[in-house]
Amino acid sequence: MNQELNPNIVTIEPVTRLEGLAKITVLLNDEGNVKDAFYQVVELRGFERFVQGRPIEEVLRITPRICGVCPIPHHLAPAIAADRIYGVDPPKTAKLLREMMALGHIVHSHILHFYAFALPDFALGEKKEPGTHNIIGLAKTFPDVAKAAIKARGDAQKIQAMIGAKATHPVTVIPGGISKGVTKEDTEKMLEMSNNIVEFGKLGLKVFEDLVVKNKDQMALINSDAYKMDTYYMSIVGPKNTLDFYNSQTVRVIDSKGKEFAKFESDKYLDYIDEHVEPWSYLKFPYLKQIGWKGLVDGPNSGVFRVNALARLNVVDKIETPLAQEAMENMYDVLGGKPAHHTLGFNWARLVEILYCGEKMVELAQDPDFYGPKFREQLSKDMITGEGVGAIEAPRGTLYHHYKTDKEGKVTKANIIVATTNNNAAICLSVKKAAQEMIKKGQYNDDGLNKIEMAFRAYDPCLACATHAMVGQMPLKVEIYDSKKNKIRELTRKL
Amino acid sequence: MEVIVMNKLKVAVALGATCAGCDVAILDLNEKILDVIEIVDFVFWPTAMDFKLDDLKALKDGEVDVGLYHGAIGTEEDEEIAKILRKKSKIVVAFGACANFGGIPSLTNMPYESKMFDVVYKESPSTSNPEGTLPQKETEIEGTKLTLPGIRKRADSLNSVIDVDYYVPGCPPMVPLIEQVVDVLRVFVEKGTLPPKGAVIAGQDTLCKECGRTKPETISYKEFVSPQEVKEIDPDLCLLSQGILCLGPATRSGCGALCTKMNVGCRGCLGPTDKVDDHGLKMISALTSLLEVEHEEEYTEEDFDKLLEKIPDPLGTFYRFTYGVSMISKLHPDKEE
Repeated sequence: MNQELNPNIVTIEPVTRLEGLAKITVLLNDEGNVKDAFYQVVELRGFERFVQGRPIEEVLRITPRICGVCPIPHHLAPAIAADRIYGVDPPKTAKLLREMMALGHIVHSHILHFYAFALPDFALGEKKEPGTHNIIGLAKTFPDVAKAAIKARGDAQKIQAMIGAKATHPVTVIPGGISKGVTKEDTEKMLEMSNNIVEFGKLGLKVFEDLVVKNKDQMALINSDAYKMDTYYMSIVGPKNTLDFYNSQTVRVIDSKGKEFAKFESDKYLDYIDEHVEPWSYLKFPYLKQIGWKGLVDGPNSGVFRVNALARLNVVDKIETPLAQEAMENMYDVLGGKPAHHTLGFNWARLVEILYCGEKMVELAQDPDFYGPKFREQLSKDMITGEGVGAIEAPRGTLYHHYKTDKEGKVTKANIIVATTNNNAAICLSVKKAAQEMIKKGQYNDDGLNKIEMAFRAYDPCLACATHAMVGQMPLKVEIYDSKKNKIRELTRKL
Repeated sequence: MEVIVMNKLKVAVALGATCAGCDVAILDLNEKILDVIEIVDFVFWPTAMDFKLDDLKALKDGEVDVGLYHGAIGTEEDEEIAKILRKKSKIVVAFGACANFGGIPSLTNMPYESKMFDVVYKESPSTSNPEGTLPQKETEIEGTKLTLPGIRKRADSLNSVIDVDYYVPGCPPMVPLIEQVVDVLRVFVEKGTLPPKGAVIAGQDTLCKECGRTKPETISYKEFVSPQEVKEIDPDLCLLSQGILCLGPATRSGCGALCTKMNVGCRGCLGPTDKVDDHGLKMISALTSLLEVEHEEEYTEEDFDKLLEKIPDPLGTFYRFTYGVSMISKLHPDKEE
């Protein structure tokens, strides 16, 4: 239903199924058009402070609690930093095991986002009552898909647990390696599960093809200007600019035409990334240092960049595994070339990445060094250099952990830039853009407001991570003010 | 406890200051979650399903059979939600280390020399903030006030604000513990009986009892070493006897020794056993008695101080998950950010 601007404050369906802690405030001008929109993150925890004074190997066991949805990257990024603090290169077996954890984790997180959070929206039609638009509702309507998703995610979690002791809040990675290797029997199980993940990856892309790509309305939405944005993109890349989540420390940035803008090693991140502070959000705004902070605007003259699944595929030249490479080519054919600026295309890119992870995990499990006796180096305090940076591609994008330590290896300073923080400015812009399209001359409806929220949700923003906060109770709230500063509409997510 | 039983249990999952790992832990039941749905109706679970707080508020008092709460109490909102859950639920379960003891978030309750805002917004090397801008509770933009809530200063356990019936510890609770919870629920559905109030749904011994590593008669160590500094970790021998700090002697069993099986020392996420109030003090006394056995004489306070000095971060190690309910935390005055 369309409604005229009026001073009533109406609370409608809340935003759920994402990691909370944000609000969106929309300001209208005299004509009732969107003048400005603010995406505010309303929580801060400050892990950087409370890891101070703790030994680096203990920090690896604390930072996973930044986020229970993506604990593995918060175990591995500080581990890479810790390797560098000791100036050590872990043995090959340790690297293979760590990468297996990283990829298993991507599979878990992407499945959780796509099948539990995103798919119910377009697979289940109009929402009728609370408690139906979710994975359980999906299980009733598409039982085979839901069961396969539950199994694949479960397998991905099991693989991480076989290496990390626990998938949620792993403990085994230590500076210079890993505390224990795996057996041949474990490896065979992991290989079998990885093969299943490949099959599941194929299924996911087929489901997407059937439900979205073949659906004109869905594709029109994905292709609409409201959901396109012209920004730089950032991702870690392997040698020859291949897709890489764990191994490489090389970060590449491309401009919106696909041209390489920068390429640097993670320990040089301070030369390339700066963060801006606004008084109205607890979350900082990273931007490309060479271009500078030009405010919340997109385009080549703005230092705003994007990370996450689609950004990764935009940045890489190639995926080394054949099925995922083919799926990526197909995606860009449909989206009209590379790089693609479609904010809603992030979901498609996630499905391509699930397939890549499955294929790569099969390769890892078949590597003769995957199980073996040499999985750690013995380190000593006199090796400590006192500083290290570790970067990794977390499910939601590039994650940086940076530590300084004393000569005993106790942390004196910590600096963490998480994936969702890297996307902060882009999320603000996407929300504003969607609001401008959906609210015109004071006309808006519930569907339009939900579409503003979709712009935000496409980034799968993990605000638990971003604020280094515990996910919580703070609402996602959309407030709309008219030109007289009256609040005319409020949507709240109380939890 | 006596409670009137419905055919299918109405379960609510509420949360406070949490990382959502407890939600993921429930999802990690995988296919078994479909069995759970046979005996349980989720009437509220905002992380995994499309519910809002108003849906919980709309229920009658006592209509929820079992209310699980995960996360610490960090804000007034957390406290309010905990109180609503209590009112609507016949049984309230503290789920996970944060709700049980304050957990990792309660490390923030320790005294720090630096201010969190300075660390994050001024001293961070990747932050360019020449004007020293800090987030404000109110910012006026063209006449409209944008507001932010104040930042919490501490994180506490669930039972610091409401009455709690049962406890499921762990960070997050491990699948075997969650299966134990499901068993309790099944018995509740079928027979209407429940464990005694206050019961901890986990093991009743210390971790040492289930760890499976060989314990030498005397545990001999001169100092603790970091795991990366050990030449080789013996996979079958007690970690403490190899000089690797492990909270096993002071920590509740029930996890299946997941960490120690992987050559990693326990950090106590299941908290202490029933008889112990203060996890860290228990660990210190366990270490002392091990040392006394070793030295066959009274270990002086001075000797012990020397040993503690070699533990780089004793508070953050012995109270990794239980600082929020520790005696020592009560000595620290609250400080505003």
